[in-house]
Amino acid sequence: MSTLSTSPAPPLHINGLPLSSPQRTLTIALAGNPNAGKTTLFNALTGLRQRVANYPGVTVERKEGFWPLAPDAPPARLIDLPGLYSLDAASIDEQIARDVLTGRASGHTPAPDCIVVAVDATNLARNLYLVTQLLEIGRPLVVALTMFDLAARQQDTELDVAELAAALGVPVVPVVTTQRRGLDALAAAVARAAQEGASPGAGWRLSARAEEEIASLARSERGKADESNARLCSLAGARYAAMIELYAEELPQDAERRATVEGARSRLAAADPRWWQEPLLARYEWIEQVAGRAVRAKKGAPSASRTPTERIDRVATHKIFGPLVLLLVMLVVFQAIFSWAQLPMDLIDHGFGSLGDAVRASMPAGLLTDLLVDGVIAGVGGVLVFLPQILLLFLFISLLEDSGYMARAAFIMDRLMRGVGLHGKAFMPLLSSFACAIPGIMATRTIENPKDRLATILIAPFMSCSARLPVYTLMIAAFFTGRKVFGVLSVGVLIIMSMYLLGIVVAVAVAWVLKHTILKSPPPPLVLELPPYRMPSFANVVQTIYQRASMFVRRAGTVILAISILLWALVTFPRADAGVRGGAAAATDVTRQAADVRESETVQPAAGASGVAEGAAAAARGSGDKGEQIRNSFAGRLGRLIEPAIRPLGFDWQMGIGLIASFAARETLVSTLSIVYNVDDGDEQSGSLIEAVRNARRPDGQPAWTPLVAVSMMVFFVLACQCMSTVAVVKRETNSWRWPLFMVSYMLALAYIASLATYQGGRLLGFS
Amino acid sequence: MSFNFQRKIVQPSIPPVLESAAAGDETCLNCLPHGVRARVVGVRGEGSLPRRLMEMGVVPGARVSVIKAAPLGDPLEIRVRSYHLALRRSEAEAITVVAGD
Repeated sequence: MSTLSTSPAPPLHINGLPLSSPQRTLTIALAGNPNAGKTTLFNALTGLRQRVANYPGVTVERKEGFWPLAPDAPPARLIDLPGLYSLDAASIDEQIARDVLTGRASGHTPAPDCIVVAVDATNLARNLYLVTQLLEIGRPLVVALTMFDLAARQQDTELDVAELAAALGVPVVPVVTTQRRGLDALAAAVARAAQEGASPGAGWRLSARAEEEIASLARSERGKADESNARLCSLAGARYAAMIELYAEELPQDAERRATVEGARSRLAAADPRWWQEPLLARYEWIEQVAGRAVRAKKGAPSASRTPTERIDRVATHKIFGPLVLLLVMLVVFQAIFSWAQLPMDLIDHGFGSLGDAVRASMPAGLLTDLLVDGVIAGVGGVLVFLPQILLLFLFISLLEDSGYMARAAFIMDRLMRGVGLHGKAFMPLLSSFACAIPGIMATRTIENPKDRLATILIAPFMSCSARLPVYTLMIAAFFTGRKVFGVLSVGVLIIMSMYLLGIVVAVAVAWVLKHTILKSPPPPLVLELPPYRMPSFANVVQTIYQRASMFVRRAGTVILAISILLWALVTFPRADAGVRGGAAAATDVTRQAADVRESETVQPAAGASGVAEGAAAAARGSGDKGEQIRNSFAGRLGRLIEPAIRPLGFDWQMGIGLIASFAARETLVSTLSIVYNVDDGDEQSGSLIEAVRNARRPDGQPAWTPLVAVSMMVFFVLACQCMSTVAVVKRETNSWRWPLFMVSYMLALAYIASLATYQGGRLLGFS
Repeated sequence: MSFNFQRKIVQPSIPPVLESAAAGDETCLNCLPHGVRARVVGVRGEGSLPRRLMEMGVVPGARVSVIKAAPLGDPLEIRVRSYHLALRRSEAEAITVVAGD
C-alpha cells in the first residue's frame, strides 16, 4: 500500500478558471456491492461500446465503456470497478478500486469527475457502507438506486428517495435497469454533479483522540510533499490518505513511515484495545441515522413473510434435496457440454477440413500450401473447435451466477472442498474442467484469495477433459473391447471410470500438498453473500459470453496458432529427401542433433528454390512416404531422442512422436499415430488405425502395444498437461510464465512417475 | 446507535457460554438455535475476519438469526439485517449475540 502516502488530485473547480467545458471527456467510475445490479447498469449505460482488459500486472479485469451523457456532449468514459463491499480490505480488487477512485491507478486514468454508486434498494444498510467510504474520498458522488421496483413491491417498508438524498447529501436516482427507467435522470444528475465538482464529504467524525492522530499523520505527509513540491495536496485528500493508512490492516512499506503509523496505532490501542473498530462503528451508526430518516415501516403490512428466495432455498439448500438439485444441475451442464456441443464442434471441424482441402486444391502444391493448410488452417480450426463448449459452459456459468444459484452451490460444497484446503467457490471451475480446463480456469476468477485461485488453476487440468476421450476410446477399442468382468461390467467402461477417478484423486492430493507448502495460507474465511434469486438478464448473459469467447479467441488463439505452426514445421522439416542423410546419423546425440538442425536450415532454401518441381515431387511421393517423412523430421528425431527416457514406460519412439505432438493438444495423439503408422484415415473410429496399433511391431518383432502399454499410456494422458491452450490460458490468467511452466513440469513429472509405476508394476505382477 | 435490547431470553435452552459469568444471556452465533432472532453484541478477535464481518453489517445492535446449516452441517446460513450470508461455524463462533428482538 505504498501508494497511500500520496493524495488525490485537486478538485476540478479552480477559482477564476471556467468549470469543465462541455466538450471535455468526463471520466466516471461505477462502484457498487456485488449483486447490486452494477453490471446490468453498466451494460445498459454503455451498450456494446465497452472493452475489457486487465489492470497492468494484476489479474483484475478492467472494464471500460462509453456513456453518452447528453446528445450534444462527447460520451463520458465509464470505468466499471470490481464489485466491492468495502474499500478497506487488502484484497487486490479493493486496492485497485481505491487507486482508480483517487486517480492513482497506473494507466493514465485521471481521478474520476464523478463516482456513480449502485445501491441495492432492497438491502440498503449494507450497501450504504460502501457509500460512506466513497463520501470519505471527497469526490462528486451520485447514488443509482437499483432494484427500486423490487423494494417497492416486496418489502414491508417504504423508502423515501428525497429523504434519502437529503440525508446522504448527494443526488439519489432510482433506476429500473431492465426497463431502462431512470437512466436519463441518472445521466443528467451525473453531468450536473461533475460540473459542480462538490462533495459533501463524510457526515461523521471519529473521537478527538483518533482525529488528532489522523491530523498529525496528514500533516507529516503533507509537509514532505510540499518539500519535494511534487504534488499539490488538498487538505481533505491528505486527511483521507492518513485515515486509510492508520486503519488499514497492513503497515506502509517505507520504514520511517511505518514507525510513525505504528506509533499512532499503539497510542490508540493503549487507550482502547478495540480502537480499530471505531470508523466501522461510526459509519454504521451514521447509516442507521440515514436509514432511520429514509425508511418507514408500511402501515398494516404483514411483518416479514417468507420471500420467494427463502421458499426456493427450502428446497435448493435442503439437507437432502439440496445436493440432489446440485447433482441435477451438474448433469444438465455435462450433458450440454458433451452432447449439445458435439454437432457444432463437428461442423467446425469439418468446415476447416473442407476449407483446407479447398485451399490445397486451388493452390500449387508446395511448402506455402502445406503451411497454410496444415499449419494455419489446422491451427485456427484447433482453436475454434473448442468454442462451442466454451460458449455453452459460459452460458451456464453466467446463468447460474446471475440467478444466484452459484453461491448456493458453493454453500453446499464448501465443507467438502475445505477438506482439501480449497474454497467452496472452487467447486464450479473444477466441475467445468471435466468438459475443458480452459473455461474452468477462466471461471476461477470468482475466487478472491489469489492463493486459493492459483491452487484451483493448478489442479484443474487433472479433471479428465473431453480431449482425452479420443485417446481413451482408441486404447479401449484396440485392447479391451468385448471383455467383461463378473459377466456384466465392461472392462472398457471400468477403465474409463478409473481414469476419471485417478484424475480426481491426484487433484485432491496435489491440492492438499500445494495448500500445505508453496500456497500455504490460513483456511480462507467463507463470508459469502447468498443473494436473492433473480431472473438473469438476457443482455448480461450475452455480453458475458461474448466477452469470454472473444478473449479466448484473441489471447489464447494467437499462442495456439503459433504452436500449431511450430508443430507443423517440426513434422515437416527437414523434407524427406533432404533429411534422410541427416536423420540417419541423428540417433541420440544431442550435439549432433543441433548440428543437423543447422545443416537442414542451410539445405532448405536450396530445396525451396527448386520451387514447383520440388513441390510436385513431394506430392507424387504421396502418403506412402508420409511415414518416412515423419521418421526423419525433427519430430521423428525428437521421438528417437526421447526413446530411452520413455522406454521404461513401455513406449517406443513412434509413440514418442505422438507424445510430443500431443503436447499441443491431447487428441493429436490419434492423428499423429495414423500418420506414423501410415494409416490414410486419421479418424479414431477407423478400424485401420486400431489394426495398425495392434499390429505395430518393435524391431525385435515383439508387439509394440500391449494392454499394459495402453493402460500406461492412458495414465500418462490423465496426468500430463498436454494442452497448449491450457498453458496459454494459465499464462493469461496468472500474468506470468512462472505458473504455467511450473504446472507443465510438475504434471509431467507426476505423469512420468505414475506411468512408470503402472508399466513396471504391471510387469512385476505378470501382466504384459 | 440504538442499543435498547429487551434482554429477555426467548429460548431457555440456549447453552450458557462465553466471556463473563455476568452476561449469562449472551451466546455465540454458532450456539444460537435456528430461527431464533437475536442482536449482535460484538465480534471478537482481530484481523481481517472480524473486519470483514463488521463491514458486512455484523455490528453491535444488528438483527441476526441462523436460518439453517448446509447439508454437511457446515457452513451456516444466517440472516443479517435484511440479507443472507453464509458463514462457517468457526467464524460464527466469533460473533457474540444476545437472543431477543
